[in-house]
Amino acid sequence: MASLKDLRMRINSVKSTRKITQAMKMVAAAKLRRAQSRAEAARPYAERMERMLGSLGAAVAGQPDAPKLLVGTGGDAVHLLVVVSGDRGLAGAFNTNVGRFARARIRELESHGKTVKVLAVGRKAAVYLRREFGSRFVGDISFAGKKVVGFEDAAEVAAKITEMLEADEFDVCTLIYNRFKNVITQTPSEQQLIPGALPEQEAADATAPQALYEYEPAEDEILAALLPQNLAVQIYRAILETSAGFYGSQMTAMDNATRNAGDMINRLTINYNRTRQANITKELIEIISGAEAV
Amino acid sequence: MATFQLEFVSPEKLLLSRPVEMAVLPAAEGEMGVLPGHAPMIVALRGGVISVTEDGQVTERLYVAGGFAEVTPTRVTILADEATPVAELSKTDAIERITAAEAALLEAQDLSPEKREAAMNRLLAARAMLDAAQAA
Repeated sequence: MASLKDLRMRINSVKSTRKITQAMKMVAAAKLRRAQSRAEAARPYAERMERMLGSLGAAVAGQPDAPKLLVGTGGDAVHLLVVVSGDRGLAGAFNTNVGRFARARIRELESHGKTVKVLAVGRKAAVYLRREFGSRFVGDISFAGKKVVGFEDAAEVAAKITEMLEADEFDVCTLIYNRFKNVITQTPSEQQLIPGALPEQEAADATAPQALYEYEPAEDEILAALLPQNLAVQIYRAILETSAGFYGSQMTAMDNATRNAGDMINRLTINYNRTRQANITKELIEIISGAEAV
Repeated sequence: MATFQLEFVSPEKLLLSRPVEMAVLPAAEGEMGVLPGHAPMIVALRGGVISVTEDGQVTERLYVAGGFAEVTPTRVTILADEATPVAELSKTDAIERITAAEAALLEAQDLSPEKREAAMNRLLAARAMLDAAQAA
Protein backbone atom coordinates (compact mmCIF):
# COMPACT_ATOMS: atom_id res chain seq x y z
CA MET A 1 0.00 0.00 0.00
CA ALA A 2 1.34 3.39 -1.02
CA SER A 3 1.82 5.84 1.79
CA LEU A 4 -0.21 9.04 2.05
CA LYS A 5 2.73 11.12 1.00
CA ASP A 6 3.32 9.08 -2.14
CA LEU A 7 -0.32 9.39 -3.10
CA ARG A 8 -0.29 13.12 -2.56
CA MET A 9 2.73 13.45 -4.78
CA ARG A 10 1.16 11.40 -7.55
CA ILE A 11 -2.03 13.43 -7.43
CA ASN A 12 -0.05 16.63 -7.76
CA SER A 13 1.99 15.31 -10.65
CA VAL A 14 -1.10 14.18 -12.57
CA LYS A 15 -2.68 17.56 -11.90
CA SER A 16 0.21 19.39 -13.48
CA THR A 17 0.12 16.99 -16.44
CA ARG A 18 -3.52 17.86 -16.85
CA LYS A 19 -2.70 21.54 -16.91
CA ILE A 20 -0.17 20.99 -19.67
CA THR A 21 -2.48 18.89 -21.83
CA GLN A 22 -5.26 21.41 -21.33
CA ALA A 23 -3.03 24.25 -22.48
CA MET A 24 -1.83 22.22 -25.47
CA LYS A 25 -5.39 21.52 -26.44
CA MET A 26 -6.22 25.20 -26.49
CA VAL A 27 -3.12 26.09 -28.44
CA ALA A 28 -3.96 23.36 -30.96
CA ALA A 29 -7.52 24.69 -31.27
CA ALA A 30 -6.27 28.19 -32.05
CA LYS A 31 -3.73 26.91 -34.55
CA LEU A 32 -6.32 24.67 -36.13
CA ARG A 33 -8.52 27.64 -36.85
CA ARG A 34 -5.65 29.44 -38.52
CA ALA A 35 -4.62 26.38 -40.52
CA GLN A 36 -8.17 25.87 -41.67
CA SER A 37 -8.57 29.42 -42.85
CA ARG A 38 -5.30 29.17 -44.76
CA ALA A 39 -6.49 25.98 -46.41
CA GLU A 40 -9.67 27.76 -47.40
CA ALA A 41 -7.80 30.78 -48.72
CA ALA A 42 -5.76 28.54 -50.99
CA ARG A 43 -8.81 26.93 -52.51
CA PRO A 44 -9.75 29.58 -55.14
CA TYR A 45 -6.35 29.34 -56.79
CA ALA A 46 -6.50 25.56 -56.99
CA GLU A 47 -10.02 25.67 -58.42
CA ARG A 48 -9.14 28.15 -61.13
CA MET A 49 -5.96 26.33 -61.94
CA GLU A 50 -7.98 23.18 -62.42
CA ARG A 51 -10.42 24.95 -64.72
CA MET A 52 -7.62 26.33 -66.86
CA LEU A 53 -5.87 22.99 -66.95
CA GLY A 54 -9.09 21.31 -67.99
CA SER A 55 -9.49 23.44 -71.09
CA LEU A 56 -5.79 23.28 -71.94
CA GLY A 57 -5.51 19.56 -71.40
CA ALA A 58 -8.39 18.98 -73.77
CA ALA A 59 -6.55 20.99 -76.41
CA VAL A 60 -3.25 19.14 -76.01
CA ALA A 61 -4.40 15.64 -75.02
CA GLY A 62 -3.67 12.95 -77.54
CA GLN A 63 -0.69 14.73 -79.05
CA PRO A 64 2.31 12.43 -79.32
CA ASP A 65 4.71 14.90 -77.74
CA ALA A 66 2.53 15.76 -74.75
CA PRO A 67 4.66 16.84 -71.78
CA LYS A 68 5.93 14.17 -69.40
CA LEU A 69 4.37 15.83 -66.38
CA LEU A 70 0.98 15.13 -67.90
CA VAL A 71 1.39 11.69 -69.42
CA GLY A 72 4.33 10.28 -67.45
CA THR A 73 7.15 8.30 -69.01
CA GLY A 74 4.86 5.55 -70.18
CA GLY A 75 6.53 3.03 -67.89
CA ASP A 76 5.31 1.61 -64.59
CA ALA A 77 8.45 0.14 -63.04
CA VAL A 78 9.65 2.81 -60.62
CA HIS A 79 7.26 4.43 -58.18
CA LEU A 80 8.00 7.58 -56.25
CA LEU A 81 5.94 7.96 -53.09
CA VAL A 82 5.76 11.42 -51.58
CA VAL A 83 4.71 10.92 -47.97
CA VAL A 84 3.45 14.01 -46.17
CA SER A 85 3.21 13.98 -42.38
CA GLY A 86 3.33 16.39 -39.48
CA ASP A 87 6.60 17.64 -38.06
CA ARG A 88 5.77 17.04 -34.43
CA GLY A 89 4.23 14.33 -32.34
CA LEU A 90 1.68 14.30 -29.53
CA ALA A 91 -1.16 14.14 -31.99
CA GLY A 92 -2.59 10.71 -31.41
CA ALA A 93 -2.27 8.31 -34.29
CA PHE A 94 -2.07 11.06 -36.89
CA ASN A 95 1.50 10.48 -38.07
CA THR A 96 1.40 6.75 -37.44
CA ASN A 97 -1.65 6.37 -39.64
CA VAL A 98 -0.06 7.97 -42.66
CA GLY A 99 3.18 6.09 -42.00
CA ARG A 100 1.40 2.77 -41.77
CA PHE A 101 -0.53 3.53 -44.95
CA ALA A 102 2.72 4.33 -46.74
CA ARG A 103 4.36 1.17 -45.45
CA ALA A 104 1.50 -1.01 -46.67
CA ARG A 105 1.70 0.70 -50.05
CA ILE A 106 5.46 0.20 -50.32
CA ARG A 107 5.13 -3.49 -49.43
CA GLU A 108 2.35 -3.95 -51.93
CA LEU A 109 4.28 -2.28 -54.74
CA GLU A 110 7.42 -4.24 -53.98
CA SER A 111 5.54 -7.53 -53.90
CA HIS A 112 4.49 -6.71 -57.47
CA GLY A 113 8.15 -6.34 -58.38
CA LYS A 114 8.19 -2.54 -58.65
CA THR A 115 11.02 -0.37 -57.45
CA VAL A 116 9.94 2.11 -54.83
CA LYS A 117 11.49 5.45 -53.94
CA VAL A 118 10.38 7.52 -50.99
CA LEU A 119 10.40 11.27 -50.56
CA ALA A 120 9.38 12.18 -47.02
CA VAL A 121 7.86 15.60 -46.42
CA GLY A 122 7.59 16.31 -42.71
CA ARG A 123 9.87 15.05 -39.99
CA LYS A 124 7.67 12.30 -38.60
CA ALA A 125 7.28 10.52 -41.93
CA ALA A 126 11.06 10.38 -42.24
CA VAL A 127 11.48 9.08 -38.71
CA TYR A 128 8.78 6.46 -39.14
CA LEU A 129 9.87 5.10 -42.50
CA ARG A 130 13.62 5.52 -42.41
CA ARG A 131 14.38 2.53 -40.20
CA GLU A 132 12.58 0.09 -42.41
CA PHE A 133 12.91 1.69 -45.83
CA GLY A 134 16.00 3.87 -45.42
CA SER A 135 17.56 2.48 -48.56
CA ARG A 136 14.60 3.68 -50.66
CA PHE A 137 14.86 7.27 -49.48
CA VAL A 138 15.64 9.86 -52.11
CA GLY A 139 15.27 12.73 -49.72
CA ASP A 140 13.40 14.16 -46.82
CA ILE A 141 12.14 17.65 -46.33
CA SER A 142 11.05 19.10 -43.04
CA PHE A 143 9.40 22.37 -42.15
CA ALA A 144 10.01 21.92 -38.44
CA GLY A 145 11.84 25.21 -38.02
CA LYS A 146 9.24 27.23 -39.89
CA LYS A 147 6.25 28.93 -38.38
CA VAL A 148 4.21 29.03 -41.54
CA VAL A 149 4.69 26.77 -44.53
CA GLY A 150 4.36 28.96 -47.58
CA PHE A 151 3.72 28.19 -51.20
CA GLU A 152 7.44 28.57 -52.00
CA ASP A 153 8.17 25.54 -49.82
CA ALA A 154 5.68 23.47 -51.76
CA ALA A 155 7.14 24.80 -55.00
CA GLU A 156 10.56 23.59 -53.91
CA VAL A 157 9.25 20.08 -53.36
CA ALA A 158 7.57 20.24 -56.76
CA ALA A 159 10.79 21.42 -58.39
CA LYS A 160 12.64 18.47 -56.89
CA ILE A 161 10.04 16.06 -58.25
CA THR A 162 10.13 17.68 -61.69
CA GLU A 163 13.91 17.44 -61.72
CA MET A 164 13.77 13.74 -60.90
CA LEU A 165 11.22 13.20 -63.65
CA GLU A 166 13.44 14.98 -66.16
CA ALA A 167 16.26 12.67 -65.15
CA ASP A 168 13.96 9.64 -65.66
CA GLU A 169 14.35 8.58 -62.07
CA PHE A 170 10.77 7.38 -61.70
CA ASP A 171 7.70 6.55 -63.78
CA VAL A 172 4.78 7.07 -61.45
CA CYS A 173 4.53 9.61 -58.65
CA THR A 174 1.98 9.25 -55.88
CA LEU A 175 1.25 11.58 -53.02
CA ILE A 176 0.32 10.05 -49.66
CA TYR A 177 -1.15 12.34 -47.02
CA ASN A 178 -3.87 12.65 -44.42
CA ARG A 179 -7.00 13.93 -46.08
CA PHE A 180 -8.75 16.42 -43.84
CA LYS A 181 -12.37 15.30 -43.61
CA ASN A 182 -13.24 17.25 -40.50
CA VAL A 183 -11.67 18.12 -37.19
CA ILE A 184 -12.19 14.61 -35.82
CA THR A 185 -11.52 12.52 -38.92
CA GLN A 186 -8.43 12.48 -41.08
CA THR A 187 -8.02 9.57 -43.41
CA PRO A 188 -4.70 8.63 -44.97
CA SER A 189 -5.17 8.57 -48.71
CA GLU A 190 -3.19 8.63 -51.89
CA GLN A 191 -3.36 10.76 -54.97
CA GLN A 192 -1.55 10.12 -58.20
CA LEU A 193 0.42 13.15 -59.36
CA ILE A 194 2.26 11.83 -62.39
CA PRO A 195 0.94 10.82 -64.86
CA GLY A 196 -1.59 13.45 -63.90
CA ALA A 197 -5.26 12.75 -64.10
CA LEU A 198 -6.83 15.64 -65.96
CA PRO A 199 -9.78 17.19 -64.21
CA GLU A 200 -12.91 15.71 -65.68
CA GLN A 201 -14.34 17.86 -68.42
CA GLU A 202 -17.94 18.62 -67.66
CA ALA A 203 -20.64 17.60 -70.07
CA ALA A 204 -19.50 18.56 -73.55
CA ASP A 205 -22.41 20.90 -74.22
CA ALA A 206 -21.65 22.98 -71.14
CA THR A 207 -18.03 23.66 -72.05
CA ALA A 208 -18.17 23.57 -75.81
CA PRO A 209 -18.89 27.28 -76.35
CA GLN A 210 -16.14 28.18 -73.85
CA ALA A 211 -13.57 25.85 -75.24
CA LEU A 212 -12.61 28.20 -78.08
CA TYR A 213 -9.76 29.88 -76.29
CA GLU A 214 -6.94 31.62 -78.03
CA TYR A 215 -3.57 30.87 -76.53
CA GLU A 216 -0.61 33.13 -76.20
CA PRO A 217 2.02 31.70 -76.42
CA ALA A 218 0.99 28.35 -77.96
CA GLU A 219 -0.93 25.70 -75.99
CA ASP A 220 2.00 23.43 -75.34
CA GLU A 221 4.17 26.26 -74.08
CA ILE A 222 1.54 27.43 -71.62
CA LEU A 223 0.93 23.87 -70.56
CA ALA A 224 4.66 23.36 -69.98
CA ALA A 225 4.58 26.29 -67.56
CA LEU A 226 1.24 25.46 -66.03
CA LEU A 227 1.94 21.82 -65.16
CA PRO A 228 4.81 22.35 -62.70
CA GLN A 229 2.72 25.05 -61.09
CA ASN A 230 -0.16 22.63 -60.80
CA LEU A 231 2.12 20.07 -59.19
CA ALA A 232 3.17 22.66 -56.62
CA VAL A 233 -0.46 23.53 -55.96
CA GLN A 234 -1.36 19.89 -55.32
CA ILE A 235 1.54 19.49 -52.91
CA TYR A 236 0.72 22.78 -51.23
CA ARG A 237 -2.82 21.57 -50.70
CA ALA A 238 -1.59 18.32 -49.19
CA ILE A 239 0.71 20.23 -46.85
CA LEU A 240 -2.08 22.56 -45.78
CA GLU A 241 -4.49 19.70 -45.21
CA THR A 242 -1.84 17.90 -43.22
CA SER A 243 -1.23 20.90 -41.02
CA ALA A 244 -4.95 21.43 -40.42
CA GLY A 245 -5.41 17.71 -39.77
CA PHE A 246 -2.42 17.64 -37.48
CA TYR A 247 -3.83 20.32 -35.21
CA GLY A 248 -7.27 18.71 -35.32
CA SER A 249 -5.77 15.41 -34.29
CA GLN A 250 -3.63 17.02 -31.63
CA MET A 251 -6.66 18.77 -30.21
CA THR A 252 -8.57 15.49 -29.96
CA ALA A 253 -5.60 13.69 -28.46
CA MET A 254 -5.03 16.39 -25.86
CA ASP A 255 -8.73 16.47 -25.03
CA ASN A 256 -8.59 12.74 -24.35
CA ALA A 257 -5.43 13.13 -22.30
CA THR A 258 -7.04 15.86 -20.21
CA ARG A 259 -10.06 13.68 -19.57
CA ASN A 260 -7.93 10.67 -18.68
CA ALA A 261 -5.91 12.76 -16.27
CA GLY A 262 -9.16 13.90 -14.61
CA ASP A 263 -10.29 10.28 -14.21
CA MET A 264 -6.96 9.34 -12.75
CA ILE A 265 -7.07 12.20 -10.28
CA ASN A 266 -10.51 11.04 -9.15
CA ARG A 267 -9.32 7.48 -8.63
CA LEU A 268 -6.22 8.58 -6.80
CA THR A 269 -8.20 10.95 -4.58
CA ILE A 270 -10.59 8.15 -3.56
CA ASN A 271 -7.60 5.94 -2.86
CA TYR A 272 -5.99 8.71 -0.84
CA ASN A 273 -9.09 9.32 1.28
CA ARG A 274 -9.57 5.61 1.93
CA THR A 275 -5.99 5.24 3.06
CA ARG A 276 -6.30 8.27 5.30
CA GLN A 277 -9.51 6.87 6.81
CA ALA A 278 -7.86 3.47 7.36
CA ASN A 279 -4.96 5.13 9.12
CA ILE A 280 -7.28 7.02 11.48
CA THR A 281 -9.28 3.87 12.23
CA LYS A 282 -6.08 1.97 12.94
CA GLU A 283 -4.85 4.64 15.35
CA LEU A 284 -8.23 4.74 17.12
CA ILE A 285 -8.20 0.97 17.58
CA GLU A 286 -4.71 1.19 19.00
CA ILE A 287 -5.71 3.89 21.49
CA ILE A 288 -8.91 2.11 22.54
CA SER A 289 -7.25 -1.26 23.01
CA GLY A 290 -4.47 0.45 24.96
CA ALA A 291 -7.02 2.12 27.25
CA GLU A 292 -8.86 -1.19 27.77
CA ALA A 293 -5.66 -2.93 28.79
CA VAL A 294 -5.04 -0.46 31.62
CA MET B 1 -19.19 52.21 -68.39
CA ALA B 2 -19.33 48.49 -68.94
CA THR B 3 -17.41 46.35 -66.52
CA PHE B 4 -16.17 42.79 -66.23
CA GLN B 5 -15.37 40.63 -63.23
CA LEU B 6 -11.69 40.62 -62.32
CA GLU B 7 -10.46 37.81 -60.12
CA PHE B 8 -6.93 38.00 -58.88
CA VAL B 9 -5.63 34.97 -56.99
CA SER B 10 -2.25 33.97 -55.62
CA PRO B 11 -1.61 30.43 -54.36
CA GLU B 12 -2.07 31.65 -50.82
CA LYS B 13 -5.25 33.67 -51.15
CA LEU B 14 -7.85 35.48 -53.22
CA LEU B 15 -6.54 39.02 -53.56
CA LEU B 16 -9.19 40.77 -55.56
CA SER B 17 -12.61 39.93 -56.92
CA ARG B 18 -14.69 42.80 -58.20
CA PRO B 19 -16.06 44.37 -61.37
CA VAL B 20 -13.59 46.67 -63.15
CA GLU B 21 -13.53 48.60 -66.42
CA MET B 22 -10.12 47.74 -67.76
CA ALA B 23 -7.06 45.73 -66.81
CA VAL B 24 -3.62 45.94 -68.40
CA LEU B 25 -1.73 42.65 -68.18
CA PRO B 26 1.98 42.05 -68.80
CA ALA B 27 1.45 39.12 -71.17
CA ALA B 28 4.42 37.04 -72.25
CA GLU B 29 4.36 38.56 -75.71
CA GLY B 30 3.66 42.16 -74.78
CA GLU B 31 1.39 44.32 -72.70
CA MET B 32 -2.26 43.61 -73.24
CA GLY B 33 -5.24 45.76 -72.32
CA VAL B 34 -8.45 43.91 -71.59
CA LEU B 35 -11.84 45.54 -71.87
CA PRO B 36 -15.24 43.92 -71.34
CA GLY B 37 -16.20 41.58 -74.17
CA HIS B 38 -12.66 40.48 -74.93
CA ALA B 39 -12.28 37.29 -76.96
CA PRO B 40 -11.61 34.22 -74.78
CA MET B 41 -7.88 33.75 -74.28
CA ILE B 42 -5.42 31.99 -72.03
CA VAL B 43 -2.14 33.86 -71.72
CA ALA B 44 1.07 33.40 -69.80
CA LEU B 45 2.27 36.44 -67.86
CA ARG B 46 5.82 37.64 -67.44
CA GLY B 47 7.02 39.70 -64.49
CA GLY B 48 5.45 43.14 -64.62
CA VAL B 49 2.75 45.42 -63.34
CA ILE B 50 -0.97 44.83 -63.67
CA SER B 51 -3.00 48.00 -63.56
CA VAL B 52 -6.69 48.07 -62.96
CA THR B 53 -8.99 50.88 -64.11
CA GLU B 54 -12.25 51.74 -62.41
CA ASP B 55 -14.35 54.85 -63.06
CA GLY B 56 -11.82 56.05 -65.61
CA GLN B 57 -8.94 56.01 -63.13
CA VAL B 58 -6.17 53.58 -62.35
CA THR B 59 -7.10 52.32 -58.89
CA GLU B 60 -4.75 49.39 -58.36
CA ARG B 61 -1.24 48.67 -59.50
CA LEU B 62 0.07 45.24 -58.59
CA TYR B 63 3.42 43.69 -59.39
CA VAL B 64 3.36 40.03 -60.40
CA ALA B 65 6.42 37.83 -60.80
CA GLY B 66 4.69 35.68 -63.39
CA GLY B 67 1.61 33.58 -63.81
CA PHE B 68 -1.33 33.00 -66.09
CA ALA B 69 -4.52 34.76 -67.01
CA GLU B 70 -7.76 33.41 -68.36
CA VAL B 71 -9.80 35.95 -70.28
CA THR B 72 -13.45 35.50 -71.18
CA PRO B 73 -15.90 38.18 -72.37
CA THR B 74 -17.31 38.65 -68.87
CA ARG B 75 -14.50 37.58 -66.60
CA VAL B 76 -10.73 37.73 -66.21
CA THR B 77 -8.97 35.35 -63.85
CA ILE B 78 -5.35 36.04 -63.02
CA LEU B 79 -3.32 33.29 -61.40
CA ALA B 80 -0.25 35.09 -60.09
CA ASP B 81 2.83 33.31 -58.75
CA GLU B 82 3.44 36.15 -56.38
CA ALA B 83 1.76 39.52 -56.15
CA THR B 84 2.60 42.74 -54.31
CA PRO B 85 0.99 46.16 -54.54
CA VAL B 86 3.46 48.46 -56.33
CA ALA B 87 3.50 50.91 -53.42
CA GLU B 88 4.89 48.18 -51.15
CA LEU B 89 7.78 47.19 -53.40
CA SER B 90 11.21 47.95 -52.07
CA LYS B 91 14.11 48.93 -54.29
CA THR B 92 16.74 47.10 -52.25
CA ASP B 93 14.73 43.91 -52.42
CA ALA B 94 14.48 44.26 -56.19
CA ILE B 95 18.22 44.89 -56.54
CA GLU B 96 18.96 41.82 -54.42
CA ARG B 97 16.75 39.77 -56.65
CA ILE B 98 18.47 41.05 -59.77
CA THR B 99 21.86 40.12 -58.36
CA ALA B 100 20.61 36.64 -57.43
CA ALA B 101 19.00 36.18 -60.84
CA GLU B 102 22.15 37.32 -62.66
CA ALA B 103 24.21 34.81 -60.71
CA ALA B 104 21.69 32.07 -61.49
CA LEU B 105 21.81 32.99 -65.16
CA LEU B 106 25.59 32.72 -65.23
CA GLU B 107 25.37 29.30 -63.64
CA ALA B 108 22.68 28.23 -66.08
CA GLN B 109 24.90 29.17 -69.05
CA ASP B 110 26.08 25.58 -69.55
CA LEU B 111 22.77 23.91 -68.77
CA SER B 112 19.88 23.08 -71.07
CA PRO B 113 18.29 25.90 -73.10
CA GLU B 114 15.06 25.58 -71.09
CA LYS B 115 16.88 26.23 -67.85
CA ARG B 116 18.72 29.16 -69.38
CA GLU B 117 15.43 30.58 -70.50
CA ALA B 118 13.85 30.11 -67.06
CA ALA B 119 16.78 31.94 -65.46
CA MET B 120 16.51 34.71 -68.05
CA ASN B 121 12.80 35.08 -67.32
CA ARG B 122 13.52 35.39 -63.64
CA LEU B 123 16.06 38.11 -64.34
CA LEU B 124 13.59 39.99 -66.52
CA ALA B 125 10.93 39.68 -63.82
CA ALA B 126 13.36 41.06 -61.23
CA ARG B 127 14.24 43.99 -63.51
CA ALA B 128 10.56 44.72 -64.03
CA MET B 129 10.21 44.75 -60.26
CA LEU B 130 12.97 47.35 -59.95
CA ASP B 131 11.39 49.49 -62.67
CA ALA B 132 8.05 49.34 -60.90
CA ALA B 133 9.65 50.17 -57.56
CA GLN B 134 11.43 53.17 -59.04
CA ALA B 135 8.34 54.46 -60.79
CA ALA B 136 6.26 54.20 -57.63
